[in-house]
Amino acid sequence: MKLIFGRPAGLTDVKQRYCPGCGHGIVHRLVAELLVELNIRERAVGIAPVGCSVFADEYFNCDMIQPPHGRGPAVATGIKRARPDCILFSYQGDGDLAAIGTAETVHAAARNENITLIFINNAIYGMTGGQLAPTTLPGMRSTTSVQGRDIVKQGYPIKVCELLAGLDGPYYLVRCAVNTPKNIIRTKKALKTAFQNQINNKGFSLVEILSMCPTGWGMTPVQAKKWIGEVMSKYYPLGEFRNLAKEEK
Amino acid sequence: MAEKRLMYGNHALVEGIIYAGCRFFAGYPITPQNEVPEYMSIRMNEVGGVFLQTESEIAAINMLFGAGAAGVRATTSSSSPGISLMQEGISYIAGADIPVLVINIVRGGPGLGNIAPAQSDYYQATKGGGHGDYFTITLAPNSAQELFEFPKLAFELAEKYRNPALILADGLLGQMMEPVEFTFEPIDPGKLPEKDYALTGCRGRPRRVVRSYDLRPGKLEELNWKRYKKYQEIIKNEQRYETFNDKDAGLIIIAYGTCARVASAAMKMARDKNLKVGLLRPITLWPFPKDKVAQLSERIKDFLVVEMNCGQMIDDVRMATQFRSRIHFLGRPGGGVPTPPEVLKKIEEIMGGGR
Amino acid sequence: MPEVKILEEICKGCGLCCDGVCPVDILILSPDRINSSGYHPAMVTDMKKCIGCGYCYITCPEPAIEVYK
Repeated sequence: MKLIFGRPAGLTDVKQRYCPGCGHGIVHRLVAELLVELNIRERAVGIAPVGCSVFADEYFNCDMIQPPHGRGPAVATGIKRARPDCILFSYQGDGDLAAIGTAETVHAAARNENITLIFINNAIYGMTGGQLAPTTLPGMRSTTSVQGRDIVKQGYPIKVCELLAGLDGPYYLVRCAVNTPKNIIRTKKALKTAFQNQINNKGFSLVEILSMCPTGWGMTPVQAKKWIGEVMSKYYPLGEFRNLAKEEK
Repeated sequence: MAEKRLMYGNHALVEGIIYAGCRFFAGYPITPQNEVPEYMSIRMNEVGGVFLQTESEIAAINMLFGAGAAGVRATTSSSSPGISLMQEGISYIAGADIPVLVINIVRGGPGLGNIAPAQSDYYQATKGGGHGDYFTITLAPNSAQELFEFPKLAFELAEKYRNPALILADGLLGQMMEPVEFTFEPIDPGKLPEKDYALTGCRGRPRRVVRSYDLRPGKLEELNWKRYKKYQEIIKNEQRYETFNDKDAGLIIIAYGTCARVASAAMKMARDKNLKVGLLRPITLWPFPKDKVAQLSERIKDFLVVEMNCGQMIDDVRMATQFRSRIHFLGRPGGGVPTPPEVLKKIEEIMGGGR
Repeated sequence: MPEVKILEEICKGCGLCCDGVCPVDILILSPDRINSSGYHPAMVTDMKKCIGCGYCYITCPEPAIEVYK
């Protein structure tokens, strides 16, 4: 018997502390598989955010750094410019990337910095206990919007891919989800494209991934994955928002 | 003999950074230090280094965090409000034990303050600055020559102790033209030793992690005590200062940077009037040269602290003297610069005129 | 014959692999087994039916599933 699917060498042996059914683990595994498949594990420097995935620096089997909340793209820029041979990926949640780190995200995209951003959108602050995120849907409940997000008082969510697509800089912007095997396979393909863009010095890639947070959403894992399909992906449509590789052809 | 050039302090600083083998600069424009990034953008282009004008000081310091963690010499330059923005990053960098160089061309504060020379960031520079138990090695140049020489010294100390270093200067030093002697050969960054913590990709070695957090019970405490020991080492080994006329002095002025120049002129005027005045110029503000001050305080009854602030260094002086001496103060906060006659007047008040 | 192995100690019993993911529907959460973290791990009901597609592995966040062929 030969192992055909199993823990990739891009992950360490550390048991991940995520809640049951959390989407982080799926995305971690996809990235880890690509570190091996693209033969970049030994060139990679990963960036762990502040949030649930702060511990990603224990989980990815490559060089890692853990910077201040939201500053991943700036730190990635520093490392990439200092060591252009390294492959940089900044793994960030929605609070990290689209609230406190908005400026760093937008400007890294505008510079078309040759780095890869992996953006986990689960529409909630998981680590701190389920507060309103910049991506919380209108009407969606959180611990700081218990009646549901009121767009008059709390404004609208930020659609990151659409926002960045307004810039000339970024090379590749795509939104995926990890709610079904098919979408997970598509997510891996998008992540692969993003890493390949960097390997080929094409510039800035951002892969936004709609991801389950059953605990924060007050749902079972199965309800959560269904909610992505039925509700969340309607507000945040999946697909490519920028792919300059296609225009170059 | 080494080459000598007439230069602006800010340009000397840039040359000093390049000569120190630094090939990474990130910063955001702010007066009164704009000549630094402007000249730096040209010089980095010439030497094939990295120059990044960032979206904020926050981005700049985090780019330094990345570059420093990648094992290269990296510098940012800013002025007071910008340095306040950087404190979060400096805290993380100190917490991850990464050497970087931060330049603060201090201006009047608090808040937006003004753009005149000041020393009102002394507390921020010498007492940590951001959150957590840490210190930054802080150098205070007082000439274009030292602006050229101190980046190299700052990197050497920063790398020796794996700690961020600060150069604290002000707009007056930066705008002033002075002859600068290029006292050392430019350092080839390719010949600097590899760092055993550097993030370079884990080819042929175990993976490395740069982080400032540790949630395991007791581990962060351990780490803080370890860093405390490092700070005690720095305090023991690295106190730097200059003294003038201290042997026969009845009063010693303590002043750094621009104020040390003013104090030096005042000291000469006082000596002409037969007033036995000496000068101690701290070169490292952290670690403060407390041992020398302690030694002097066994004999000296009066110290005069001269600063461009409301007296932020007084506590350090007072503690060093172990309350044996009287501490006098002449300060000009909010962008004021004391003049030698002002300082002389203060000296005469303390010592009595023409004794 | 393909074979699915559940790493019971790593499984958190989220059930994502059990809900319509398996094309031959042979995964359930074990009703009587409990791992040391207190979770009911996933289990295979009828290994002979497994086609080795790997969808369970693809869906697993841990990953607590291995597939052999």
